Amino acid sequence: MDLSAINPVLLIASLMVAATPLLLAAIGELVVEKSGVLNLGVEGMMIVGAIAGFAAAVETGSPLMGFVAAAVAGAALSLLFAGLTQLALANQVASGLALTLFGLGLSALMGQRYVGVKPPQMARVDLPLLSDLPILGRILFSHDVVLYFGIALTAAVWAVLKFTRAGLILRAVGENHEAAHALGYKVVKIRTLAILFGGACAGLGGAYISLIRVPQWTEGMTAGIGWIALALVVFASWKPWRALLGAYLFGGVTVVQLNLQAAGVAIPVEYLAMSPYLITILVLVILSADKSSAPASLGRSFHASR
Amino acid sequence: MKLTKLLTGAAVALGLAAGGALAQDKTKVGFVYVGPVGDGGWTYEHDQARKAVVEEFGDKVETVYVENVAEGPDAERVITQMALQGADLIFTTSFGYMDPTINVAKKFPDVKFEHATGYKRAENVSTYSARFYEGRAVQGTIAGHMTESNIVGYIGSYPIPEVIRGINSAYIHAKKVNPDVEFKIVWAFTWFDPAKEADAAKVLIEQGADVILQHTDSTAPQAAAQAAGNVVTFGQASDMAEYAPFPRVSSIIDDWAPYYIARTKAVMDGTWSSVDTWDGIGPGMVGIGEISDAVPAEVKAEALALKDAMASGEYHPFTGPLKKQDGSDFLAEGETADDGTLAGMNFYVEGIEGSIPE
Repeated sequence: MDLSAINPVLLIASLMVAATPLLLAAIGELVVEKSGVLNLGVEGMMIVGAIAGFAAAVETGSPLMGFVAAAVAGAALSLLFAGLTQLALANQVASGLALTLFGLGLSALMGQRYVGVKPPQMARVDLPLLSDLPILGRILFSHDVVLYFGIALTAAVWAVLKFTRAGLILRAVGENHEAAHALGYKVVKIRTLAILFGGACAGLGGAYISLIRVPQWTEGMTAGIGWIALALVVFASWKPWRALLGAYLFGGVTVVQLNLQAAGVAIPVEYLAMSPYLITILVLVILSADKSSAPASLGRSFHASR
Repeated sequence: MKLTKLLTGAAVALGLAAGGALAQDKTKVGFVYVGPVGDGGWTYEHDQARKAVVEEFGDKVETVYVENVAEGPDAERVITQMALQGADLIFTTSFGYMDPTINVAKKFPDVKFEHATGYKRAENVSTYSARFYEGRAVQGTIAGHMTESNIVGYIGSYPIPEVIRGINSAYIHAKKVNPDVEFKIVWAFTWFDPAKEADAAKVLIEQGADVILQHTDSTAPQAAAQAAGNVVTFGQASDMAEYAPFPRVSSIIDDWAPYYIARTKAVMDGTWSSVDTWDGIGPGMVGIGEISDAVPAEVKAEALALKDAMASGEYHPFTGPLKKQDGSDFLAEGETADDGTLAGMNFYVEGIEGSIPE
């Protein structure tokens, strides 16, 4: 056992990279759930975003274009979900699961031509002075743009939900859609917008995996990250900053576990693999005694006639 | 009315007869894959061999495959389905399909099964594998020469004998050319998960490894090494030539095509019988991908000489004196490991640190 082999600076830096796809997907899903919709299709939207972003980046040679395409693709797929659940009033759980299965199949089809192709590299942000700071420079100031975007997005979502009228309306729709409707808010429209936002975020998260974290395209490469993002929203009790904390915790588990292994510490892998879910269950138990529980209308369909 | 009925009946009967005749003409061969055919590694090579079978026999065979089949109960369902659909010969291409294959084989005594890398056989189940550890010996030799930090990272999949054998073989030969070499081993507990494999490679690089060996199937560790810039890798199962000449400096290539063609032929001729095949560099089942110019010429020559010595059978990668990790004797001076020991290898050789997960 040789813990000194683990470089804490590099560990934190790679932990942040591992957490970013989770964070992006979870923030999107958080907004969706705040509006009272449960979209279990995160995994499907992520993987479609991963291949759409990868393909666009390869074709245009620009990683940024890839991320734009990924957001569009994720939102497009979520539009299908919005149509099913908001207009056709289909069951949200079943539609979400269907979306995941559909997304996995669609991405495999879209990705046929892109196996083994190398994407253009995303440049690291290089801030003169700041990036050269010892320790902090490596941890905080030498990542890619998307990682910072994820953190900025968390702050923005928090501010919008807490301080703005738009955030208040979104929360009202999620807590009691009938009351919101009676006040004259367009429940279906607001929810559809939230779903689109969630889809775009999931798409970005997927593209982060295929363009930066791995970077290459292989079928099924999101490997369950979408599901962890769903658990993460519950873990965070629908609060953006807790989602950030949770993403680092959940994303960190893999990296820390591999680091410990390489340093010769033998913790059975199974314990670490199940720890995010165990923590989520624990948090759910604690939450049941807490005021900040799920949005009251979560998962319920709305129709103006009722 | 009666006439039409009669005609339809006759047509159906004719169709059935023709269909039956056709089905008898064609030999149906099924393949069960653990990853996607586009993984660029293990499954890719099995699928190349499947294509070689189609090319060899043309209209006389029909091949079917199912990819991304999880090891375990799901595999049993897929294999059963294939047998029910009339496959004459089924290749199950991952270690974890061993028990499912045996179970299904009991229910379909007329169907022939071929299980890769396992050790359980039956009347209608053959096993086949390649002596990847011979390739690992070549990799170890190059790795020992190429490392400057003297730390070699190794991404293991599952702690099964095949993988442990590879680690031991690579270590023995790296140590031989570089006594200061140290192996850092990380178990990914997956055959195919690019994100996790990339993370594992990054972790090893961060902890000082400048050579990465992988026993997982995707090219993600290659990409991670490329991003790091000064890390050497080897292609696993497939050439992974898109990462040559650097970081990928050589590779182990699995060539299943001759075996698959021979076994399909045996089923056609009715000469198929249950056998245990374990071929290495000599018969060509294990290939060494071109050693790139990033490797110094004398190292390349040494590696190729080792390869030739193993191909001709004059050198065995597990030749004594060797001790086990706990210091007990494994092989005496000049003694070589027999196949039984190799097939069940569940210990590290002396010098490797860490323990094998349960």
